[in-house]
Amino acid sequence: MAEIRIENLKKNFGSFVALKDSSFVVNDGEFLALLGPSGCGKTTTLRMIAGLELPSSGKILLDGEDVTFNRARDRDIAFVFQLFALYPHMNVRKNIGFPLVAQGVAKAEIRARVEETARLLQIEHILDKSVSGLAGGDRQRVALGRAIVRRPKCFLMDEPLGTLDAEFRNVMVHELRELHTRIKATTVYVTHDQVEAMAMADKIAVMNHGLIEQFGTPQEIYDHPATMYVADFIGSPPMNFLGLTDGVAKGSRSVRIGEAAIVVPEVVEEAGEGDFALGVRPEHVRFRDDAKLRGAVYGTEYLGSTQIVTVETADGFCKARVAPDLTFRRGETVGLDLDPARLSLFSKATGKALRTRSHPEVKHV
Amino acid sequence: MSEVRLSGLGKSFGAEPAVRDLDLTIKDGEFVVLLGPTGAGKTTTLRLIAGLERPDTGAVHIDGENVNDRAPAERDVAFVFQQYSLYPHLSVYENLAFPLRSPARRLSAADVDARVRDIARMVRIDHKLDSRSTRLSGGEMQRVAIGRALVRDPAIFLMDEPLSSLDAKLRSNLRLELKRIQIDLGSTLLYVTHDQIEAMTMADRIGILSDGELIQIGTPREIYTKPANLHVAARLGHPHINLLRPGLVPCQSIPEGTRMIGARTEHVEVGRPAQPGDANATVDWIEHLGDQNHLHISVSGEKLTLLSDPYSGFKAGDPVSIRLKTPLFFGADDRMISHG
Repeated sequence: MAEIRIENLKKNFGSFVALKDSSFVVNDGEFLALLGPSGCGKTTTLRMIAGLELPSSGKILLDGEDVTFNRARDRDIAFVFQLFALYPHMNVRKNIGFPLVAQGVAKAEIRARVEETARLLQIEHILDKSVSGLAGGDRQRVALGRAIVRRPKCFLMDEPLGTLDAEFRNVMVHELRELHTRIKATTVYVTHDQVEAMAMADKIAVMNHGLIEQFGTPQEIYDHPATMYVADFIGSPPMNFLGLTDGVAKGSRSVRIGEAAIVVPEVVEEAGEGDFALGVRPEHVRFRDDAKLRGAVYGTEYLGSTQIVTVETADGFCKARVAPDLTFRRGETVGLDLDPARLSLFSKATGKALRTRSHPEVKHV
Repeated sequence: MSEVRLSGLGKSFGAEPAVRDLDLTIKDGEFVVLLGPTGAGKTTTLRLIAGLERPDTGAVHIDGENVNDRAPAERDVAFVFQQYSLYPHLSVYENLAFPLRSPARRLSAADVDARVRDIARMVRIDHKLDSRSTRLSGGEMQRVAIGRALVRDPAIFLMDEPLSSLDAKLRSNLRLELKRIQIDLGSTLLYVTHDQIEAMTMADRIGILSDGELIQIGTPREIYTKPANLHVAARLGHPHINLLRPGLVPCQSIPEGTRMIGARTEHVEVGRPAQPGDANATVDWIEHLGDQNHLHISVSGEKLTLLSDPYSGFKAGDPVSIRLKTPLFFGADDRMISHG
């Protein structure tokens, strides 16, 4: 098991900057998700950790040892691309044991480790079956077994669930997380799917154009997004932004949107000039008849346990997640009440969150 | 717009029945979604209505008239496919105007222009009317494809997973837009998908298809709160419905013949045990999905997934007491036993 330390890592492809100066640490046993859209630099970062790509500058330390220029095969990591590739002519036991055979491990040792791996994955009962007859879930487990049987220092995974249909992906997300809880191997997982990242990771690095916009636990990133980009990327529906009518001063406890005065967590930094936006998550919007912030119901989306109500305000759409039994007429005027403790404020010019009493520590990378 | 009625519709490909004895009426101005996995018979149903397949049994009536012997072009239906197929050499405007320029229509140039601009505004592509269709983003192309179907004002719109190739954000915007447009135009619309969220959020009525059979049809609320059987119960709801053996978790009055209890997150009360002896369950872990936090709980080896308040303060390993309130009960034949 290992700690991965990234120091001032950079990568250019010609004049294209794939990764800007980035530093972060994945602690021993931690699950980190590198999250962002295609082209954000997440796969490049992973490939540098794996040794499949050399950085333009900076360092990679594995358990304190500088491995920046070590070959991939000397790094003791397991790189999982997609979980489906199995050797069709071998049974489950041989598929899982194959990496050890290739390493020249003794037979008795292989047998013991394959069985231990099968126990971890709860597939002992299929060890002697042919892989060609297996159901999808078992195939994935066998492929995973082949990666963990080597007991590498860490796992690097590049969208391993990318090609699965939604239902099955959900099942595998849970299994991967449970497996991680059992074996506690340091893991770096690349995905563009925020739900996958939120569900599995201990920490998430949200990336955009080669830059880590925020690094933190899923809850921190969700509750206190450092930038408007992060606020919009995380959450479904994402955070609502409402433009402020006036500026924001240090010490402000209230902001104006049109005629409405909105109570916010106290601003604890000089915000300067420019335009600002209030950020509110859909579940922190409530309906109150006498609220000053008003809009017309544009549509409702019933989801069973909850519903999403889209309201058109003078400043654009605002979505609310509320109980499913409330009824609305389309076009009906409603008042919006925002939970003061859960609001974020952003500078529209920089896209960055302002420090407030409720999250004074917001870190900008 | 008009009513479309399917009666006793059946179609097999070789020995494999794709659609079996399907009875379904899509009322004038109604938005019906057929929900089912790949191979359930969704697309075949659409193709039978469009006239792209001939039924082995049964009939398709559009506006009271049997159209079994009519060619697709004579049926007055508009089909939107999963993959948008625009004319690459034409502008957005010309793509939208194309169906109106058919010689059969004889619309004046002014009428065509008014209609195109109207629909372009509706699908929010009016700022790109002069752009070449190849210069558009995926979402814009699909809006043009939907718009091109809408300009025609057919008897019924048939849509085959039109949003599935789009990314999550765009899909969520277009869901809302499509529903709004359908209401504004009063269109009759049959939409097929495997995505339960699309079905729940857009449909007036959802039809659950499985192996070519219509298992249940009703409003999203009916299907969600009164699923006909275990299969339907499992198709809707996020997190998934929890299936529990009777007796595992405390519950008032379990009806006779109950083989399985279906507990959605709103059917489970989670509390902190008053005394250590109270606890019958343990928190395994908490999944922060952002908009939803899932609480994973173990009860005597069974696992439950529930929605939780992100600020509830539960931690992995916490003992909790759980009880059921008005869950769903299913009998030995997997059918729901009415509760209470």
